Amino acid sequence: MPNVNRRQWLTASGANLSAAGEPTAQASGGETKWKTISPRDVIKNRHLPNVVLTTHEGKKVRFYDDLMKDKIVVINMMYATCEGVCPRITSNLQQVQKFLGDRVGRDIFFYSITLKPEVDTPAVLKKHVAMHKIKPGWTFLTGAPADIELLRRKLGFSDPDPEVDKDKANHIGNVRYGNEALMLWAAAPGLSKASAIAESIKWVDWPKEEAATKVKGDRK
Amino acid sequence: MAKISKARLKAQENARKNRQELIGVSRRDLMKMGLLTSAGLLVPKRGLSARALNSAGWLESGSSGDDIPCQSPPTTPFIEELPNHMNGGMVIHSPVAAFSNEAACPAQAAPSGCPNDGRTQPHQAFAQRPPVKKYEVSQRRTLKSVHPALPLQPLWGFARRQVDGAVDPNTHTGVAWTPGPTFVARYNEAVLVRNFNDLPPPQLNDGFGLPSVVTHLHNGHTPSESDGFPCDYFERGQFYDQHYPNVLAGINSTHPGTGDINESLSTLWYHDHRIEFTAPNVYKGLAGFYILFNELDTGDENTGFKLPSFPQFDIPLIITDRSFSPETGLLCFDMFSLDGVLGDRFLVNGKIQPFFNVQPRRYRFRVLDGGPSRFYQNFLLDPTSPSTINKFWHIANDGNLLPRPLLVNSIRLGVAERHDIIIDFRPFAGKTLYLENRLEQQDGRGPTNNLLPPGQGHKLLKFIVGGTPVPDGSADPSTQTFYPLPPRPTPRITRTFRFDRTNGQWAINNKLMPGDCSDIRFRVQRNSGERWILQNNSGGWQHPIHIHFEEFQLVRRNSRIIQAGDPEFARKDVVRLNFNEEVELLFRFRDFRGRYPMHCHNTLHEDHAMMLRFDIEDVGDNKTEP
Ligand SMILES: [Cu+2]
Repeated sequence: MPNVNRRQWLTASGANLSAAGEPTAQASGGETKWKTISPRDVIKNRHLPNVVLTTHEGKKVRFYDDLMKDKIVVINMMYATCEGVCPRITSNLQQVQKFLGDRVGRDIFFYSITLKPEVDTPAVLKKHVAMHKIKPGWTFLTGAPADIELLRRKLGFSDPDPEVDKDKANHIGNVRYGNEALMLWAAAPGLSKASAIAESIKWVDWPKEEAATKVKGDRK
Repeated sequence: MAKISKARLKAQENARKNRQELIGVSRRDLMKMGLLTSAGLLVPKRGLSARALNSAGWLESGSSGDDIPCQSPPTTPFIEELPNHMNGGMVIHSPVAAFSNEAACPAQAAPSGCPNDGRTQPHQAFAQRPPVKKYEVSQRRTLKSVHPALPLQPLWGFARRQVDGAVDPNTHTGVAWTPGPTFVARYNEAVLVRNFNDLPPPQLNDGFGLPSVVTHLHNGHTPSESDGFPCDYFERGQFYDQHYPNVLAGINSTHPGTGDINESLSTLWYHDHRIEFTAPNVYKGLAGFYILFNELDTGDENTGFKLPSFPQFDIPLIITDRSFSPETGLLCFDMFSLDGVLGDRFLVNGKIQPFFNVQPRRYRFRVLDGGPSRFYQNFLLDPTSPSTINKFWHIANDGNLLPRPLLVNSIRLGVAERHDIIIDFRPFAGKTLYLENRLEQQDGRGPTNNLLPPGQGHKLLKFIVGGTPVPDGSADPSTQTFYPLPPRPTPRITRTFRFDRTNGQWAINNKLMPGDCSDIRFRVQRNSGERWILQNNSGGWQHPIHIHFEEFQLVRRNSRIIQAGDPEFARKDVVRLNFNEEVELLFRFRDFRGRYPMHCHNTLHEDHAMMLRFDIEDVGDNKTEP
């Protein structure tokens, strides 16, 4: 991973990342009836609600302001009593965290949101963190059931079939990753090789000045 | 009317289920989630995250529970002409004498050695088929009008790099085309494309799209390193050389030196295939046509099969559905959708619901479903007599000419399928007709398989037929035959693949595509035959499955044997997996080696891991459920 500091990069690239300098709000017919909303705000409004959540340490945080804004994020959904796939993904993400090194907690943040906020209290999640020896930079989150449900749907951890959707185990396989400032969002399979997930996260990293010199790994 | 009330009942039933599911969530919460209107009605969504249709068939909101529904602003239909090669709305690619950086970065079999060359593998067929034409391509941001009522759209397209001018270094924007410039290629004339990534940095992506790309030539008999494998992506400032030998399958095996004429391809297309980012990148516009002629399908209606002449009477049509924000008027894309993305506006060749002036004679249309998630069943509608079925000729499936033309009522298309048709407008002189999609689809899961009543579907394209008789040198399809199907191979092995949803992801045999493409799921023995069984055990999802490299023959759907006279009695590269269906395919994998994918072409399923890698090698393995 490059040594570009997030703050340096955000400062260097100016405050308004979406200004491309041409009249996109102008109708091709000449009429100007369109609102100018930055694409970044469009994503925020549509997908990143600023609901209040509670961390495994009991701290109240706002989803957009405190957890998403200006950050590279890795998000999955789980619940403490989930067996099988959940612990495998957790241990896989611990490997991913190792690959990403000290950037996790600095400009890359891991978030695990519970699918069972009724039972996964901050105390339960704290115990879970201790049991799995989760390192700093990775926060487990709970909140009001309606807020969690809102987030789950906004972040696309859902199934259009209501019967399937009810089964919490149907939302645990994906790991969403994104760079909020760069408006890049995608998902990787939670049980992929940890190195592959780490590589995916690297795709949404802050741009380097000399993009063309990207060294290709052995992708045979 | 009965139909609508039935739909309402169904919506109420779903709403009831959803209410039960949400017990414990307060009314205020539901309103906050945009699921309850102030009148207390649950928004009639088919499952909370699905896009819902209103009674007019338009979408009421986006998936992932959007607060700002992406219901497009009004756009008056049929006021702009269909972009095509005759009116300058589409362009034919022009070859170049030499690449602009060729002195420093030579065009050769091995990677050029330049630091910004994205290729790492040598070209397999470069010495065998040295390129006789070179094309220089630039992928870049461009501003494009899709309809006069909407603002200019910041899209990504393909440019003829030595023709279309430079990219403005401040706005990272320039002249580009979407659909991209059409390649008009001929068999046995090898092509070398130097493909430059001139896209803007990611913070200028206008809300979605990763400026890291790899261009796939869809159904080319192309060596792996030029095929557009999902992990052969190249970055901003880099280029990648793709060598298209334009040879017939069998060239290095069953039909040495010539290839099998009965494996001829005609309508190919190219599109981005970037691992985990194909859906946004193609949605932004990275797609175009590649047409391949030979001594029989010549592009001239006075020679060979005498098919209507290109480009005047031979018209490619890429159909895509898109949504535009009612606030900004700009293209919406849901990056958080796993199921699929439907649009409420239909574009043909990049314009919303265009019209096309035709003469009363035969035309060939190459109809492509450009995705991302919608299926089509297209009819020819005469609005003065909607219940009359106007038949036309189906001549090619997935761009491959059928054994003989078939007279059909409609064509069914899944994402990435191509059907070439011939419409004879002579009986309609002076009239107005529509290409109408009557297939009902309510969410990204696939169509319901219900047909909307004639005249009540989605009108895609308006034909205004001239009244004056004109000469027509093309042949009468009823008298024609094209290529017989090649003999079916004796399979060395039978492999079975289940297409499923597992833990909220899309899987093949319960396995997922890793982002580094490192998992070689099985090895096919070069120059051997294989039988593949593809299974969909779901009653809720359909998947258009695409297998790269060589065409297959569809043997059966469940117990129904595909027989001569069926439009699927053909050589194909996409198979629609219907509800609870098993299909049997027979393949040969001839001539070249390397890595290729099989994947769902609903690009949201594709990006969420419904893909696998297989390698063609000299020795194959015996994995039956890889
Ligand atoms: Cu699919």
